[in-house]
Amino acid sequence: MSFFAVENLSRAFGGLQAVSDVSFAVREHSIHAVIGPNGAGKTTLFNLIAGSLAPDSGAIRLNGDPLQSLPPYKIARKGIARTFQNVKLFRHMSVLENVMLGRHVRSRAGFGAALLNLPHTWREERSIRQRSLEILDTLGIADLADADAVSLAFGKQRIVEFARALATEPTLLLLDEPAAGLNMHETDEIARLIADIRARGITVLIIEHDMSLIMDISDHIAVLSSGKKIAEGTPAEIQRNRDVIAVYLGED
Amino acid sequence: MNIRQYIPAGILVAVVVAFQLAVVLTGQDYLLTQLTMSAYYALVIIGLSVLMGYAGQISIGHAAFFAIGGYTAAVLTTGAFRLSPWLSLAVAVAITVVIAFLIGIPILKLKGHYLAMATLSFGVIVYRIVLGTGVFGEADGISDVPGFTLLPGLTVTGGAASRVENYYIAWFLVTLAIILLINLINSRVGRALRSIHGSEEAANAMGVNTAGYKLAIFVLSAVFAAVGGVFLTHYTGGIGPSEAGVMKSVRYVAIVAVGGMANIWGALVMGIVLNYLSLRGYFGTYDDIFFGAILIIIMLFYPDGILQRKTLDDLRSLARSLVARIRGRR
Repeated sequence: MSFFAVENLSRAFGGLQAVSDVSFAVREHSIHAVIGPNGAGKTTLFNLIAGSLAPDSGAIRLNGDPLQSLPPYKIARKGIARTFQNVKLFRHMSVLENVMLGRHVRSRAGFGAALLNLPHTWREERSIRQRSLEILDTLGIADLADADAVSLAFGKQRIVEFARALATEPTLLLLDEPAAGLNMHETDEIARLIADIRARGITVLIIEHDMSLIMDISDHIAVLSSGKKIAEGTPAEIQRNRDVIAVYLGED
Repeated sequence: MNIRQYIPAGILVAVVVAFQLAVVLTGQDYLLTQLTMSAYYALVIIGLSVLMGYAGQISIGHAAFFAIGGYTAAVLTTGAFRLSPWLSLAVAVAITVVIAFLIGIPILKLKGHYLAMATLSFGVIVYRIVLGTGVFGEADGISDVPGFTLLPGLTVTGGAASRVENYYIAWFLVTLAIILLINLINSRVGRALRSIHGSEEAANAMGVNTAGYKLAIFVLSAVFAAVGGVFLTHYTGGIGPSEAGVMKSVRYVAIVAVGGMANIWGALVMGIVLNYLSLRGYFGTYDDIFFGAILIIIMLFYPDGILQRKTLDDLRSLARSLVARIRGRR
C-alpha cells in the first residue's frame, strides 16, 4: 500500500475532460511533482486532491483511507495541509494569528469551553501561541509576528503561508505552484524551504509550472497533458522523455 | 490565564456604578429607565457585532430573534398560560435556538448581499406573523406582562420603585455577555471565526469546519437577542410588532457598523449612546431616518466604524484647518 495514491481519477466540466483517468502514487518522505503545460489539468487535479472539487470517478487514498468524498476541512484533519497558488492569508489577522490558526487541527477547545475560558482552554491557547512562535522562528520570520499578514510583500506572504501549513504538522503538504509570482531569488529560497520540509519527514506533492524548480528538488515527476498522464519518472528520465519534450516544446 | 483581557470589563463595571451614583445624587433617577432599556438592546448589538465583525456574516433580521424572545415570554406569562418567567425564558431560548438553527443551515450557505437579503426576508416574515396573528395581539402587541422575579426581592419590572435594581440587573447581564464574548474572541474558536472572515476557503483548507462555526455563532447571537427581548418585555410590561420590524434590524446593523464592526466595545458604546438618545426622543419622528442615514454615512466614509484612529485624525486635521482659517482672516 502506498502512502498516498491517486487512482483512475477523472473529472469533466461539461464537454471538457479536465482530468482523465489519472493515477500515480507518492512515496512517503519524497518530493513528488506534477507538471504540465497550461490547460493540462494541473489545477483541477490539485482541487480534486484538496477536496474543493469532487471527482466524477476514481479514488484518492492516504494510507489506504479514501479521501475523495471528504470536504476540505476533514482532509486537513487527516494530516494534509496545502498552500494556494495566489496565497490566501487571513485578512485582518497578524502573521502570528495566521500561523496560530494552523494549530486549529491540533487543538480542541470547543464553543462552550471557549465562552467560559476554562483552564484547559487558556492553557491550550498558551501552547498554541508558543508553538506558532517557534515555527515563525524556524522559518526566520519571527520579526514579522505582529505584522498584518496581507500587507507583507508577496514573497513573504508565501513564507507565512508555508508557516501556517507547517503549524498543522502535516504528513503530506500540497503545494499549488509555490514559485508562481516569485523572482529568482525568492524561488531559490522556496526551493531550500521545500527541501528542509522534506528533511523533517513531511511528504511534499507539488503542482508546478516552473520547470527549473521542479527538476532541482523533485524525486519523482508525473507529467500531465490534456488531462492525461503522459509520463512519470525521475527528473533525469522526464528530461529525456520524447512525449514530454513534444508537449512542452511543440512537436513536428 | 490572561487577566489583562478583562480590564475593560472592570472599567465597564466602574462606569456603570459611577453613572448610577451620579444620576441618583443629581436627582435624575428617571434616566436609568432608558439606560436599562438600552442595555437590553445592547445584548442584541454585541452578539450581532461578533457575528458581523468577527465571523463576517451579516444579518438584517436580528430584530426577529429579539421579538421571538419577547413574544414567547409575553404569550407564556400572560393569558391562558401564565407560566413561570423562568420557564418561559427557557422555552424562549429553546425556540430561538431551533429557529436560528433551521434558518441558519440553508441561508448561511449564502454570501454577502444574498445572505443580507435572506436574513432581511426572514425578518419580514416574522414581522408579518406577529402583526397578523391573534395570539400575538396583532397590531396592539401584548401588554400586562408580569415582572420576572429572578430572586426573592429582585424582580425585572418597570416603575420608579425598582429602577435602580433593574438598572443593575440589565447591566449585570450585559457585563456577563461581554465577558463571555471576550473569552470567545480570544480563543481558538474566535480565531476560527475571524479566519472565516479573512478567507473562508483557506479556513476550510486549514481544518476549520466553516459551516459549523458560522451556524454556531449565528445561533449564539440569536440567543443573545432573544434574551434581550425576554428581559425588555418583562421590564416594560409588554411588546409590540415594531420590535420585530425591519427598521429595528437595520438599526442594529447600523449601530454595529458605527461601533466598528470587529469591536464589541465600540458596538456597546454606540449601542448605548444611540439607543439612549433614541429612547429619550432626541431624533423625534426622524428616528428611522437617522439610523438609515448613519448607515449610509458609515459605509461611505468610515467602513471600519467611527470609534477608531482615523476618526480622531480626521477631527484633528479638521480642527487644525479651522484654526488656520480663523488665523488667516485676522
